[in-house]
Amino acid sequence: MEAGGKALHAHGGAHAVPHEHRDDEGSKTGMWLFLFTEVLLFGGLFIIYAVYRHKFGHAFHEAAGELNKVMGVTNTFVLLTSSLTMVLSVGALQRRRAAESLRWLWVTFGLACCFLVIKFFEWSAKHHHGIWPGGEHLHAMPPGEGLFFNLYFMMTGLHGIHVLIGMAVMAWIATRIRSGKVSGDRYGALEYTGLYWHLVDLVWIFLLPLFYLTN
Amino acid sequence: MAESTTGPAWTGNYLQDYGSRRGLMAWLTTTDHKRIGLMYMVAMFSFFTVAVLLGLLIRLELMNPGMQFVTPRVYNSLFTLHGVIMIFLFIVPGIPAVMGNFMLPLQLGAADVSFPKLNLASWYVYMVGAVMALFSLFVGGGVPDTGWTFYAPYALRSGTNVSLAVLAAFVLGFSSIMTGMNFITTIHRLRAEGMTFFRMPLFCWGLYATSWIQVIATPVVGITLLLVVMERSLGIGFFDPARGGDPILYQHLFWIYSHPVVYVMILPAMGVVSEILPTFAGRTVFGYKAIALSSMAIAVVGYVVWAHHMFTTGISDTARWVFSLLTFLVAIPTGIKVFNWMATLYKGSIRIDVPLLYALGFVFLFSIGGLTGLVNGALATDIHVHDTAFIVGHFHYTMFGGAGIGFFAALHYWWPKVFGRMYNRKLALWAWGLIMVGFNTLYFPMLVLGIMGMPRRYADYLPQFHTPHLISTIGSWILVAGIALMFTTLIRAIRHGEKAPANPWGGTTLEWQTTSPPPQLNFATAPVVTTGPYDHTALRQAAAKEGR
Repeated sequence: MEAGGKALHAHGGAHAVPHEHRDDEGSKTGMWLFLFTEVLLFGGLFIIYAVYRHKFGHAFHEAAGELNKVMGVTNTFVLLTSSLTMVLSVGALQRRRAAESLRWLWVTFGLACCFLVIKFFEWSAKHHHGIWPGGEHLHAMPPGEGLFFNLYFMMTGLHGIHVLIGMAVMAWIATRIRSGKVSGDRYGALEYTGLYWHLVDLVWIFLLPLFYLTN
Repeated sequence: MAESTTGPAWTGNYLQDYGSRRGLMAWLTTTDHKRIGLMYMVAMFSFFTVAVLLGLLIRLELMNPGMQFVTPRVYNSLFTLHGVIMIFLFIVPGIPAVMGNFMLPLQLGAADVSFPKLNLASWYVYMVGAVMALFSLFVGGGVPDTGWTFYAPYALRSGTNVSLAVLAAFVLGFSSIMTGMNFITTIHRLRAEGMTFFRMPLFCWGLYATSWIQVIATPVVGITLLLVVMERSLGIGFFDPARGGDPILYQHLFWIYSHPVVYVMILPAMGVVSEILPTFAGRTVFGYKAIALSSMAIAVVGYVVWAHHMFTTGISDTARWVFSLLTFLVAIPTGIKVFNWMATLYKGSIRIDVPLLYALGFVFLFSIGGLTGLVNGALATDIHVHDTAFIVGHFHYTMFGGAGIGFFAALHYWWPKVFGRMYNRKLALWAWGLIMVGFNTLYFPMLVLGIMGMPRRYADYLPQFHTPHLISTIGSWILVAGIALMFTTLIRAIRHGEKAPANPWGGTTLEWQTTSPPPQLNFATAPVVTTGPYDHTALRQAAAKEGR
């Protein structure tokens, strides 16, 4: 997101020249507003979680025992590390080291991939047992546990979609860095991708205890 | 209010093509906020016309007791469609997307919004959502019949095409978020030199409050609507009592968005009125800061009143009186605005003209809407009028009498600026008269009917309700005639109207300092602001100099 296309500059006073207008602070403001909407998007699901956890506390406790803690915690480390590598990528570009920045960006991309692969194994194990939205086993569960697993799939699913989108954006930014359109003078796009990536990370940090560690 | 020198003569305005693209392509690929505003306008008023005709059909069906020409099921689809189109396609994006897009950069003294490409993208997203909504009529199980609120559990069970309609609302929400983000950033970053927050025109303040609501509230309904789709396709059970879910939770989540969004509809209209009154009173607005801050206060308090839509659902007594109290609090900033508007007119040198009449119409109709709102906000009376025609009358007075008439006011106020042409004021006056008479004839009987006990959303009724229903239906014909005349007058002006000067009404805000229609980059010279927005001194001095 780049702020401004054309603008008049008042600072000269006497005459105004239409020219390409660049407003980094404006772009960043826009990005933060967007992240704000993301928090609220997940917020709706967190409210639903809170209500049903309150109503079916015991069932949630029981159901959480069936999730694979090892995989959940491993994934947390993977994602946290990817946030670090993302910061390193932004930092490198700010210091005008485009090649290094690209390297760290691809590492981040790889870690995101790794996260999704682990997630895939987790989900397919559940799927195997018929625990899947609309699946037989899940459908036959008592209401509390059913809601737990449906919430689990909705929330980790929405989070997973965000990881995928993040990866797509990273790949796109990588081509922009290579072509020099995103560079040490113009690193906003990478920086905002980083902000988005940290949010994805942050959401997961809440998902882990709420689903895996309640048992 | 500002010193700006007239620059070199501009050869073209934004309506003329520039660059390599011509004709339709030049419009579809434009990032000019003015053109995007007009594209929104064309799309929006097309949908508005459709929804008006649907409303007309509803009134025709209700003209006499018994079934006239539709089945009860088709009737359900009629009011659902009328509501969905009016709310999601017309009145929520309404003033911000059309008039906000056009006027915000002009009033701030900027050349465009902060994110021009995002602005164009928002229009396309809006169109995709609109096409999805229209598509849902013709495919699958037919037109949704749930009402525009998509209440669970019926929305989960209905065999009609609810999923697609709900997805359409989700997509339209995206468009609305994009516009909101764009406006907030624009207001923070692109105000003209010297224009502090408290020198901003009040319309901008209205848009600012509106944009925050759009950004904060829309995602919540977005996820809720997605969950309805999930519920229908996968049976996740969040809102399904058979599976441990809670349909009341759906209502909470729905109204957490949909109540604040009624302020998305009304705040920009209030902003429009706050522009028109000082212009036609020839004096500065009374209580500028109070009006500006009351917009923000309405936005904040409006966020925590949602459960007043749910007084009869069995929520706890504590919740009910708390929400009732909070609801009454909204009346305070609203009252502040109304009193300030009246004080602005007091001892002003008032010139009666069409925009002023629409603005006054707004104040009159919206006051009825607001006061009937207090009837619903009070617990005891709400039990009596809940789900009756009284509610329908009430929200039409606020939404149509408020936001809709405010929109019409904005059209008449800014039409000369937008197209550089004056409309026929005599015809516009007639249209205004028809609309005001038709409006009250149509909606006032609904208030009476509701108190008599006529339920809303019923295709048939007992004979004792006949007379008010008949009057109401006759009112709908007068109103539609008025709206048709208004649009004809305005559209005719684009081709046949006489040329409008830069400042036909004697307005003081920045948009009046540029030519009509504005040049592509809005101003020949970037304006510099030295006073508040409604300072008429400079205009008066100029008039004195000319010996007028």
